[in-house]
Amino acid sequence: MAIKIEQVKSVLLKNARVVDPQVKLDQITDILIEKDIIRKIGPVREFKGKTVDCKNKIVIPGMMDMHVHLREPGEEHKETVITGCHAAAAGGFTELACMPNTKPPIDCRSDVEFIKERAENHLVNVHPIAAVTIGQAGEQLTEMGDMIEAGAAGFSDDGKPVLTAALMRRALEYATMLGKPVIDHCEDLSLSESGVMHEGKISAVLGMPSIPSIAEEIIVARDLLIAEYTEGLLHLAHISTAGAVRLIREAKSRGVRVTAETCPHYLVLTDEAVRGFNTLTKMNPPLRSENDQKMLIRGLKDGTIDTIATDHAPHAIEDKECEFQVAAFGIIGLETAFGLIWTHLVEKKLLTLEELILKMSVHPRQILQLPENKIESGAPANLTLVDPDIMWTVDNTAFESKSKNMPFQDWKLKGKTFGVINRGKMILTV
Amino acid sequence: MKVKCEIMDAKDITRTLNRLTHEILERNHGTDNLVIVGIRNRGDALAYRIIRRIEQIEGKTVPLGMLDITLYRDDFQRLTDRPILQETDIDVDITDKKLILVDDVLYSGRTIRSAMDALMDLGRPALIQLAVLIDRGHRQLPVKADYVGKNVPTSVNEQIQVKIKEKDGEDRVFLVEN
Amino acid sequence: MQLKSRHLLGLEGVCQEDITLILDTAESFKKVLDRPIPKVPTLRGKTVANLFFEPSTRTRFSFELAEKRLSADSVNFSKVGSSVAKGETLKDTARNIEAMKINFVVMRHSAPGAPHFLSQCLDSVVINAGDGAHEHPTQALLDMMTLRNCFQSLKGLKVVIVGDIEHSRVARSNIYGLLTMGANVGVCGPATLIPREIKALGVTVYPGIEEAMKEADVLNVLRIQLERQKEALFPSLREYRNLFGITRERLDRVNRRITIMHPGPINRGVELDSDVADGDYSVILSQVTNGVAVRMAVLYLLDGGRQKLEGDDHGN
Ligand SMILES: [Zn+2]
Repeated sequence: MAIKIEQVKSVLLKNARVVDPQVKLDQITDILIEKDIIRKIGPVREFKGKTVDCKNKIVIPGMMDMHVHLREPGEEHKETVITGCHAAAAGGFTELACMPNTKPPIDCRSDVEFIKERAENHLVNVHPIAAVTIGQAGEQLTEMGDMIEAGAAGFSDDGKPVLTAALMRRALEYATMLGKPVIDHCEDLSLSESGVMHEGKISAVLGMPSIPSIAEEIIVARDLLIAEYTEGLLHLAHISTAGAVRLIREAKSRGVRVTAETCPHYLVLTDEAVRGFNTLTKMNPPLRSENDQKMLIRGLKDGTIDTIATDHAPHAIEDKECEFQVAAFGIIGLETAFGLIWTHLVEKKLLTLEELILKMSVHPRQILQLPENKIESGAPANLTLVDPDIMWTVDNTAFESKSKNMPFQDWKLKGKTFGVINRGKMILTV
Repeated sequence: MKVKCEIMDAKDITRTLNRLTHEILERNHGTDNLVIVGIRNRGDALAYRIIRRIEQIEGKTVPLGMLDITLYRDDFQRLTDRPILQETDIDVDITDKKLILVDDVLYSGRTIRSAMDALMDLGRPALIQLAVLIDRGHRQLPVKADYVGKNVPTSVNEQIQVKIKEKDGEDRVFLVEN
Repeated sequence: MQLKSRHLLGLEGVCQEDITLILDTAESFKKVLDRPIPKVPTLRGKTVANLFFEPSTRTRFSFELAEKRLSADSVNFSKVGSSVAKGETLKDTARNIEAMKINFVVMRHSAPGAPHFLSQCLDSVVINAGDGAHEHPTQALLDMMTLRNCFQSLKGLKVVIVGDIEHSRVARSNIYGLLTMGANVGVCGPATLIPREIKALGVTVYPGIEEAMKEADVLNVLRIQLERQKEALFPSLREYRNLFGITRERLDRVNRRITIMHPGPINRGVELDSDVADGDYSVILSQVTNGVAVRMAVLYLLDGGRQKLEGDDHGN
């Protein structure tokens, strides 16, 4: 499948159910878009330009994925900025934030500019997350101010935690002064050690070196204490355990400025999936227990978990076609996220459409202090088009991503995005 | 499979085994150094009866051996199922003994070839003779029985079905067709 | 008869009938091993590759001997060094094996699941000779064979595995096999070396060796890896011996026969004292003999890739 980016002169979305909880909008109507602006929301009778029939379809504010690994520069055989953006668009995302653990890491202005420039002409807005420390080495802070000016949307040493408490304190103080969050990958390395899966019954069965829940929770607790102390803007990436949800909930109730994300795979899979040693179920943090999964869903529902991000982590075939212990951590997620969440949470009434929009469109922008994206007349047209009823089968050979590593091959899903509109451009995928 | 005719009944089998026993004793001048070895899964029962008969005739007990040839089969690689291994149970040292190998039906000769290989791995017998209840022809190897109960000419799509009381509850031999 | 699985990757999920079939067949092979010519032509023309990515003398010898006793040709490949290093891809090794038309692959590897991965890339039959801390099915089979020789049945037997359960493939395979056969299984060892959720596997956890010995019919004593000390998993061999070592005094205090097993090689004076290892209750040497028979049975029962030939059948 080749992505076709169309320039929008004017386009009419006909008979769509338009939903945006930010403006309390949920009605079946038409949207007229001219260039990159929403001209009108309401019935349009006479129209000669391009019309997209949206009967029984839903139009929502363009989705954003705030945790993507684009692999450029350094590992372009896995993904590039452009293929990553194509994959995002195919998965219904109009914006994404990409993590700085490239080779070399994004840790100075020119690196940030490089990413921005690569994505310049794409429909998808790319917001680089820059490293907290130079080379992500956990020692010296990066020039955050300079990088924000160039377009950095936040700071993270993702792939690893911010190494020490002292460093986390300084990073939070400094980034918060500049109005951007520090995003932490919560993992106590001394506890996770050489672990490759969740420590629990399945790891006991498989005899595999394991990562206990407390490896995540200890750093979550540390970060929450530091955030409370410094009043810093803290965002916790890919939360996977019940204990972490509990800690965050409790911190939020005390007014700590923390936000948290989880990923579709933690919501639809558990460590049971690791039986059989499928390397496509290897990620960090690892797939956890059923109880963890239940608590994550509860956390999403009660607002403890603010956003669902994919942690899209492309890897080459040889990085996964090997022994489990040797295999790379991570799976791709851009092109399955919506379908998985729709099928396994919205259809099962665990999440409402409005909540999905908040988690996958509204909150990521708030967390990264980006301009809001509302469906309003006169506002920029930044939209995702959803077909809520379509039945489809996951097929990674048809993916836009350069990599194919994910465990959802042949899954039957219901609900898929079929188009995105942003920056005066439109991509329709049927 | 359909039964074409009955070749032997219980009495026929007893008479034939009696004759075979006499022939064995006659050819070997008695029981000295004799060991009777039956091939599982029916030859062993026949061998046991021959030994009982020898006891009656000569008043001497000849050692009985039971041989499972599974591990020596030349068609092993073509079997879908792995045959259940049965014990090869030969308590005496067979070196320099006269072995009488007993089986129910002689056909291609491959079983006997396997049996001889198996015996050679157990020692170096002075000689091996072969006694069978039925010889149905169609040899694929140069094997000849020393003692034959009955020669039954058959076509390739026919089979000889031997039933032995110890295994099958009755003593009868049928010619059956596939 | 045929085993339900094409490979022997582990004992988890292997049913009672299949374990019984393997053990019964192994008894027949044990008799073959007692013959003047302890060799049969059964696997003539078949080739077995022994891939050992981890040092092992005992298991490798035992497999090689089993292969030779069955007249198979064997080739050995051992690559020991950096245990699981990037760069040496198992997939490439697998491709090479495939190209060499090998019927069986016997593999020892430090990564759990490595044989499972191999079995997915190969047509050959794969036999797991130990994958990390996951499984070592032939060891557990020979342990069960040895126990069946001592006790009539495994049903209701109380077997306690003593030592480093966390890192032990022998423990896991024994747990799966013994539970399937109806035995009661306990584990006993330093809390740092017992997997957190081991109880979910259906075993009893004994905090101390005295409690374990009070109930056990059999102690399967594992080798304590000296390098675990460095990982702060236990303080010293001396302390290990004091708390968990199987000594004559401890056995005497029980006043009841307890069968002693050990997968070898023994750290004498650490997990097992010499007078126990070499004493009346020890069946350690039968374990070694049974090892060859069990491996012959496994090779015999697994289908090494059938050729389709026209020709005659045996018998009738
Ligand atoms: Zn991460």
